[in-house]
Amino acid sequence: MSPAPDPTTHPGGGLAVEFTDAVAIVGGFPVLAGANFHVRRGEIVLLHGPNGAGKTSLLRLCAGLLPLERGQARVLGLDLVRQRADVRRRVGLLGHGNGLYVDLTVSENVAFWGATVGAGAGEIAAALVRMGLDGRLATVAVGRCSAGQKRRTALACLVVRRAELWLLDEPHASLDAVARDELDDLLRKAAAAGATVIVASHETERAAPLATRQLAVAGGRVVDDTPSPGVGRGT
Amino acid sequence: MAPDHSVAGAIPPWRLAWLIALKDLRIEARSRVVVYQVLPFAVIVMVMFGFALDDDGIAQRVAPGLIWLATLFSLLVVVQRSFAVEAADGALDALRVAGVDAVSIFLGKALAMAAQLVVLELVLFVTAVVLYGPRVRPGGLALLVVTWVLATIGLALVGTLYGGLTAGFTGRETLLPLLVLPVVAPVLIGATRAVESALGTTGAAVSEGWPWIGLLTVFAGAFGVGGSLAFGPLIDE
Amino acid sequence: MSIPPDDTDITTAGTSSAATRLLGTLAVVGVAWLVAFGLLFSPADRDQRESVRIMYVHVPSAWLAYLAFIVTAGASALYLFRAAHSLVWDRLAGASAEVGVVFMGITLLTGMLWGRLSWGVFWTWDARLTTTAFLFVTYVGYLAVRRLGGTHQQRARRSAAVALLGVLEIPLVHFSVRLWRNLHQESTVARPDGDVKMDGLMLFSLVVGLVAFTLLYVWLVIHRQRALVLEDAAEDHGLEQALSDRRAEAALPGGR
Repeated sequence: MSPAPDPTTHPGGGLAVEFTDAVAIVGGFPVLAGANFHVRRGEIVLLHGPNGAGKTSLLRLCAGLLPLERGQARVLGLDLVRQRADVRRRVGLLGHGNGLYVDLTVSENVAFWGATVGAGAGEIAAALVRMGLDGRLATVAVGRCSAGQKRRTALACLVVRRAELWLLDEPHASLDAVARDELDDLLRKAAAAGATVIVASHETERAAPLATRQLAVAGGRVVDDTPSPGVGRGT
Repeated sequence: MAPDHSVAGAIPPWRLAWLIALKDLRIEARSRVVVYQVLPFAVIVMVMFGFALDDDGIAQRVAPGLIWLATLFSLLVVVQRSFAVEAADGALDALRVAGVDAVSIFLGKALAMAAQLVVLELVLFVTAVVLYGPRVRPGGLALLVVTWVLATIGLALVGTLYGGLTAGFTGRETLLPLLVLPVVAPVLIGATRAVESALGTTGAAVSEGWPWIGLLTVFAGAFGVGGSLAFGPLIDE
Repeated sequence: MSIPPDDTDITTAGTSSAATRLLGTLAVVGVAWLVAFGLLFSPADRDQRESVRIMYVHVPSAWLAYLAFIVTAGASALYLFRAAHSLVWDRLAGASAEVGVVFMGITLLTGMLWGRLSWGVFWTWDARLTTTAFLFVTYVGYLAVRRLGGTHQQRARRSAAVALLGVLEIPLVHFSVRLWRNLHQESTVARPDGDVKMDGLMLFSLVVGLVAFTLLYVWLVIHRQRALVLEDAAEDHGLEQALSDRRAEAALPGGR
């Protein structure tokens, strides 16, 4: 139950996310009640905590989807309030919704989201292959896909958007064992390639081996910060 | 520290608008919601008008007004459908996170909506000719087409504008008609009078219809510019 | 983020001050004068007889309905285009719209009654009357948009945009209705150029009405604006409580 430690001052500003007393309000309710935490570039951070603790809100605030009511927030070295548009272009959010159009096919969805950042046909095809969505599945309407296939499609959209900061809300939910391993592999590769990953998950035992650090969220704040046991890259 | 690919504004806004319009039209091509649900609704409204007016002479005289009234009702349904597609799975949020600016969303969705309305109005026009029997005179054809295009642009712009405002609030869809209908009144008046002149249903000459084109043009221009500026605040950008 | 100082006790704070008490007194005296002059001292019209007395309410309330519309639009523009994005302008816009809707309702009601008495019909498709009806509906929509929720700033931006779109809408509606009814005869009584043959006392009564209603409007808007400040403050105050409640959740057994 120790409070979050002060952000380590890194030369060159190597912080991907830096929140100071961040307060965010949704429908009059303070979903974030003064959150303090930081994430360094290249880290894979796991957010855990009970339902309604504020994990989803933390991710949505990082993506610039919630207004910052009080406090300061910097994402990828940019001010979240004044440079929100620049922040958004560089982050990818996989929330409760997949952000897909159910009437379009898997490949059409990936192609649309790729096109919004100017991705070429080659990149789109590569993203489909990487998520195992090439072949017959590519031509199936998303509405007819299983929950796991939809999730993989959404991840392919994230890949094709070349996000620098990946924000994933319960990404393991509705994935089978094989798909979960693939997801973990994908996230490790993304981090190795320089991306920063923040994962919110109930299933700590599932996500912990993946993470370099774990943050406990409760009452709209980060209440605990521990290096993940499995990995030697902790704080 | 930022890789080259995330340079702000790499994709021009008009290109994003075009992508969004194509995406919306492709969704309609796949789902056929407008064709199979909104179109029959609009036609049955025209049939109901026939019952309510119960007199061939009246229906024929007011046919232009009925066409546009049925279009307005259908517009509300089309707007709701257009934003339900975005809200269903969090796509509107995804568009924001993707850095797509509000103007691109506004113009793209309005363009797709206009394309669907144009087809819908054509069907309504044919229905009116069949049911109420107004005659099309060759001299009025140009006026008819110009009215058709301009009125549709105005309606699509206003519909998209307020559709975006109500899209973020589930359970507040009832606000849409209250906001949209008063605003599109000039289109109803202008387009009705112009079509009346084109068809000659009230004995007006074709030349009397052209001044209304001015009104429809000003309307479309005003809400094109005003809507582009206002859409961001309306969707909480 | 809100205006009131910390020492304001929102549970007991009122919205009146010495200035508004004076203003309120003047407004009430003005209305009393209006009743006296409108109903008793001013003569009946030669053509319209007693029904002309509706004018002393109808014209001032119409004038205020439009003044309120202009104030709301102006305040919305100031909110949106000033870098500070001060909620003062937002609340002024909201207060003016609320009061404006009431006056617009009065305008429509008295207009219809007067129309029934002088033309035999409740409604004519007169451009001014129709535009006022549209303005009324637009304002009802504006007030509904103000209640959509979100943070104070979100509410302010959204409603300011809606108010400025109303500025686009209303002239277009007015112009199109005029064009639509270009053969319709102009009403002879309420023509703005003052064609009504009014004797001195009638004109004086009308001026009394204008002054009294304007005072009433200013008085009501100041009070409503202050009430809105308190409403926002109450919400922010509730927020402090909610924030500490929220933080306390972490200590609960379920909070790990």
